[in-house]
Amino acid sequence: MIGLYAVIAKPNLMKKLLGLSIFQAAVFLLYITLDKVEGGTAPIIQPGAVDQLYSNPLPQVLILTAIVVGISTIALGLAVVVRIFEAYGTIEDDEIQRADSQE
Amino acid sequence: MTVLFGMFLLTLLVISAIGIVRARNLFVAVMLTGIFSLLMAANFFILDAADVALTEAAVGAGVSTVLLLGALALIPPNENRSKRVRWLVVSVVTLTAITLGYATFENPRLGDPEAPVHQHVAPWYLEQTPVLIDIPNVVTAVLGSYRGYDTLGEVLVVLTAGIGVLFLLGLPGAYGGRKTEDVARGRTYLSHHLVPQVVGQLLIPFIILFALYVQFHGEYGPGGGFQAGAIFAAALILFALIQGEREALTLIPPRVLVVLMATGALLYGSVGVLTMLLGANFLEYGVLSSDPVKGQQWGIILIELGVGISVASVLLAIYHAFAARGR
Repeated sequence: MIGLYAVIAKPNLMKKLLGLSIFQAAVFLLYITLDKVEGGTAPIIQPGAVDQLYSNPLPQVLILTAIVVGISTIALGLAVVVRIFEAYGTIEDDEIQRADSQE
Repeated sequence: MTVLFGMFLLTLLVISAIGIVRARNLFVAVMLTGIFSLLMAANFFILDAADVALTEAAVGAGVSTVLLLGALALIPPNENRSKRVRWLVVSVVTLTAITLGYATFENPRLGDPEAPVHQHVAPWYLEQTPVLIDIPNVVTAVLGSYRGYDTLGEVLVVLTAGIGVLFLLGLPGAYGGRKTEDVARGRTYLSHHLVPQVVGQLLIPFIILFALYVQFHGEYGPGGGFQAGAIFAAALILFALIQGEREALTLIPPRVLVVLMATGALLYGSVGVLTMLLGANFLEYGVLSSDPVKGQQWGIILIELGVGISVASVLLAIYHAFAARGR
């Protein structure tokens, strides 16, 4: 929620990206929380333990993928922000829009 | 006890998230993001997600912070203070939060083994993995074999991000027209600080060793290609930080780095094509060896290697693209 606020409200582009990463992390947490089984343990099968209860491995796989994709997005976003700064001289949303509308 | 610790961590998470949003100095915000990622990793760990915790710690708290700092060196360090509180945004966000909270009332109790999410495919995975693949880490089994196609897509996404960053920022010596000689040479960064240099030099071989361990033990414990790639990239970034950017670019020339980026993804794809050539479906590892179980294990090792190579080189290339830009 805090991430959502940051993405929408903060005019600084870098802050938007940080808000995006908070947002992502919160969603990951939601998935992993759904996936825990009470009394279970990490889904690594111990040899010899027959009656062991395991936590669900499937959401973990999805979140693993999502984390890596998330950091790729952030890296690309940062590259775009750097280029915007070099082109406009600022990374504040409103100043960039003003510069655009004055052209 | 665990619940108490979990609540404590969650409170800290919320506090650091608010701190990130409110901090005016972007450097403070980035540092708080590192702390946020670390707390997130601890949270994952107490929720029994060992692989995810390792990935979040390696990628989120480690490499991501470095990339944010690299970008921070190229943009203004402070954010303009916004005078008014944006009431419309606050109300939209609060409304969304209330709706989400209401939706969670329908959720099964936390940790309930009878919940629908645990019913269909998951028990099948847990039971069949010792029979079909025979590796202890079920998460790696699912990632590498049952959902191997998705992981191929993920490697391609990482590769695309690397290509995108190289298009935008350029890498001296490979793209963008800048020569390697233009990059600042020598120990310009930490030249006056002896302790980081000595300790860093000693640590780098151990970090690389740990990365290799995580790569090849991904089947037996938490680990696998992504974590290993991130840790390997972290070791080389540490080298770049203490020895200087030019030395790091001489150590692994940018052209080699670019080729390595593609090699990892190519390795992954070729395993799939190989299985097709041997008569089975794409990425059906059973045919890689006379014993289907061994074939599965071979397949997983090879694709994890491809993933590790790709992730390590992409993260390193992105770091160099940022670090070599501002000189």
